[in-house]
Amino acid sequence: MKKWLSAVLVLALLAGIFAMSGCGAESVTLDTSKLVGNYDVPELRGTEINVYNWGEYVSDGAEGTLDVITAFEEVTGITVNYTMYDSNEDMYAKLKSGGASYDVVIPSDYMIARMIAEDMLQPLDFANIPNYSYIADDFKDLYFDPENAYSVPYTGGMVGLIYNTTMVEGTPDSWSVMWDEAYAGNILMFNNPRDAFGIAQFLLGQSVNTTDASEWGAAADKLIEQKPVVQSYVMDEVFDKMESGEAAIAAYYGGDYLTMADVNPDLAFVYPKEGTNIFVDSMCVPSNAGNKAAAELFINFMCEPEIALANAEYLCYLCPHTAVLEDERYTLRGNEVLYPKEEVKTEYFHNLDRDTQDLLSRLWEQVKLA
Amino acid sequence: MKKTSLAQKLINAPYMVWSVLFILAPMAMVVYYALTDRDGNFTVSNLASLSSYSETFVRSVWYAFLATVICLLLSYPFAYIMARSKASRQRMLMMLIMLPMWMNFLIRTYSWITILNNTGILNSLFEAIGIGRVQMINTPGAVILGMVYNFLPYMVLPIYSVMVKLDQSLVEAAQDLGCNSRAVLSKVIFPQSVPGVVSGITMVFVPCVSTFYISQKLGGGKFMLVGDAIEMQFQSAYNYNLGAALSLVLMLMIVVCMLVMNRFTDDNGEGAMLF
Repeated sequence: MKKWLSAVLVLALLAGIFAMSGCGAESVTLDTSKLVGNYDVPELRGTEINVYNWGEYVSDGAEGTLDVITAFEEVTGITVNYTMYDSNEDMYAKLKSGGASYDVVIPSDYMIARMIAEDMLQPLDFANIPNYSYIADDFKDLYFDPENAYSVPYTGGMVGLIYNTTMVEGTPDSWSVMWDEAYAGNILMFNNPRDAFGIAQFLLGQSVNTTDASEWGAAADKLIEQKPVVQSYVMDEVFDKMESGEAAIAAYYGGDYLTMADVNPDLAFVYPKEGTNIFVDSMCVPSNAGNKAAAELFINFMCEPEIALANAEYLCYLCPHTAVLEDERYTLRGNEVLYPKEEVKTEYFHNLDRDTQDLLSRLWEQVKLA
Repeated sequence: MKKTSLAQKLINAPYMVWSVLFILAPMAMVVYYALTDRDGNFTVSNLASLSSYSETFVRSVWYAFLATVICLLLSYPFAYIMARSKASRQRMLMMLIMLPMWMNFLIRTYSWITILNNTGILNSLFEAIGIGRVQMINTPGAVILGMVYNFLPYMVLPIYSVMVKLDQSLVEAAQDLGCNSRAVLSKVIFPQSVPGVVSGITMVFVPCVSTFYISQKLGGGKFMLVGDAIEMQFQSAYNYNLGAALSLVLMLMIVVCMLVMNRFTDDNGEGAMLF
């Protein structure tokens, strides 16, 4: 009995391993003749850089995609120590503690502003990053780096309303549908204070960066009013719940909607008329970087048209790279979700001052306790 | 008392270094942060502001209590039956208990979402056999289920380890002397198994009362447990001081619970293993 059971378990385990590794798709190799920049820098050969990026945030060779990090190592002879984080705050805490030195980090807008203010980033030498010229003008002169001195945009995105057309009548165009009692128990809300308050603030016509305590209070009341119709507060569970039809309406990122719609074609997407949050994640070099020249070489490599295309295809986020946007091979070219024809009203999150941050977390607790 | 030799000191050294670096130093940091404000000045305002969390604390303790009781009720007979069965069967039962623990805790909890969802596996089954949908996900029941499921082995194992050592001849003697089965259980078996029970209760209650992932995933994030409140202070609110104050109070509560529990067992018992 026991032997039989063990044998079944071992077989199941082996089958699992083969199922995972045996997809068959080989990752594609990079055609180095298509590279624009020069990556043969003898003095950097044999050195190392530490890259700290979001999880699942680079084309990694899975399912027939290009393995960008390996390609960089092969072309330059530089070893990349690649590690990942899952929130700006994690990354910030690790850098701030001084325990680790990184050469390239990819924070979001408000975090870049904060890190520049705290002297945690150093200005880039753009002579080493000629491919910066590919970055679209829309992604230059942004509030967090007005002089374009510290950051090179990597991706962007906007939050929108995802809904299941079989469960929602008509075509909603306002955040107010997330308060509609007709969909009570079928609404998914962000489970983090900034994004959740953001939606209430757009609906109330406030700025998401207000420092007026009474406005934050009004937004909290709005969220408490919404609580009875909310099914659950989620982050990445939203994929499962929307794909399976467990919920009818959710607020999430446009790029992630594309992933969900692949699984469940009944899902639709809209940018609500009241406006929405936009973010940009940019490549930066921390002040304590040990190998800045190699870091800049890496950033330049990430802005190579071929590399940027591979990443844009893999990530499904907004791409700031002009050569990719014009490339026939870019399957998301002109995609209505990522590149809406009509202008979307957007606002960036700015770094909140301490008092406002404290107020926000207290109010969020009140929402949760209500 | 025997003098410790140099060899013994050397053997103890790694453990001492480990304890100081990874147990005492972090504890000291928790206390420091809990009693200071952001600029490092001494304050008790963090602790004073915790009164607004009383409901959260009560809820956490209540859920953890329920989960612990359920674990105990399930584990005790199971551990007894397991300890009494053939060696080969014991090994198989042990493997079945350990098997889920080969998988990551987060993945196991996440899988319950798929099982309990309104369109999930169980509800599809219920609809197929005509019972109709039952709301399971996003309820306190789902959170407690998640706790019981995840921490059950920590209750079974210590009770089992006591039960196997239980002297069967004592049970027989009690029966010979006229005890009915109920008296055998309450007068012979249970008193001997107390150290395992105490150890199990501690090992289930402590992680239950401080959990945050289970409540977020299975409870729908509509209410907070202490673990959620602490996680939020560190992860998004960036208020280490308040987070540390919450942790400190939670730790004190756990210590008090454990001191009370340890009164039920002798000092050498396994119930004291966490100290």
